[in-house]
Amino acid sequence: MEDRVDPIHQFQIHNYVDFGTIGGVHIAFTNSALFMFIIIGLITGFLTLATSGHALVPGRFQSLAEISYEFVANMLRESAGTEGMRFFPFVFSVFMFVLFANVLGLFPYFFTVTSHIVITAGLSVTIILLVIIYGFYRNGLHFLGLFVPKGVPGYLMPLVVAIEVMSFLSRPISLSVRLFANMLAGHITLKVFASFILMLSAWGVAGWLGAVLPFAMTVALTALEALVAFLQAYVFAILTCMYLNDALHPSH
Amino acid sequence: MVRPVSEGPPLPALTCAYAAIGVADIRMAARDEDSSSAGGASDKELARRLDRLSRDLEEEKRERATRERPARKSDSTDFALALRLASEFVAGILVGVALGWGLDRVAGTSPWGLIGFLLLGFGAGVLNVIRSAGNMSTTAGAGDGKQD
Repeated sequence: MEDRVDPIHQFQIHNYVDFGTIGGVHIAFTNSALFMFIIIGLITGFLTLATSGHALVPGRFQSLAEISYEFVANMLRESAGTEGMRFFPFVFSVFMFVLFANVLGLFPYFFTVTSHIVITAGLSVTIILLVIIYGFYRNGLHFLGLFVPKGVPGYLMPLVVAIEVMSFLSRPISLSVRLFANMLAGHITLKVFASFILMLSAWGVAGWLGAVLPFAMTVALTALEALVAFLQAYVFAILTCMYLNDALHPSH
Repeated sequence: MVRPVSEGPPLPALTCAYAAIGVADIRMAARDEDSSSAGGASDKELARRLDRLSRDLEEEKRERATRERPARKSDSTDFALALRLASEFVAGILVGVALGWGLDRVAGTSPWGLIGFLLLGFGAGVLNVIRSAGNMSTTAGAGDGKQD
């Protein structure tokens, strides 16, 4: 056993296959990449298995797939209207990826992909770029109307537009930081409370009795983490829908 | 469901159920024969029935829409709500600091760029919080309201 429990150790990146430096960037197949492949494989396998039956009365897996489809479709329709359904494949992929990444991270010895800000920032920057590009493609310069609220007196306009632009720029940051911080903080808290059990149990019988408290806390936190894993995927997906709604209907 | 009144073995209950279904089938067949012999009246009757059914369906759909809205609101816990608002606020300030600091680096206007954009970022953060809090209280309504 290690002398010191290190709650950060679980987030370390290990290189499995090193490709050396390509174009000045160090490229390697890491444990993070491995888990991303596992996530994609699981999602693809699950959906392929679930939809292979084509049963009119769905079985267990088909029912699950249908529930996840309807969940995302309703979410998208509610916040972006029926026009938003053209983004369904994108939103569904993002939701399933984040959900599977969060839930897989709950298993012991598994790596949590979404606990690294590189991944979440990559996702949220992709979303914002999609919003900007599609917004300009569909609405032309009317898309800039997003930054000009109606009914503002002229002398206040520069200030308001500056604030609106910064509010827009802060979206990818809050989107990525929220997911990353939730996963990171949750896993560290879990590890710290679990390590209290180890430390206390080294003190003999009195320690064993005392260890009941952090053990109960760990159990409760595990339940909370399961909730957070789902909730953060939901929040990530619904905010994606809201931002896509801005690209579809930019008027305030 | 047909249930046996007395506590008997399951087999009689089953036959009882079959008997009931059989009776219903016979009755239905009899009614069909009746209506087919009536001819024109059945068409009117069918149209009326279709009308009533579609009206019921419409009503059911509308009822379900109003019933589902409040249920969706309780999906997110207060914990997630607090985290979301906090991150919105901090993100606005971070953008302000980044822009101001970048401007100072490029234009050499230190420290005025940082000061000005920090204040603007503060405003953007407050705007973010107000906007997402407003979205939360009318989560379902956001879709209809924003389409104008």
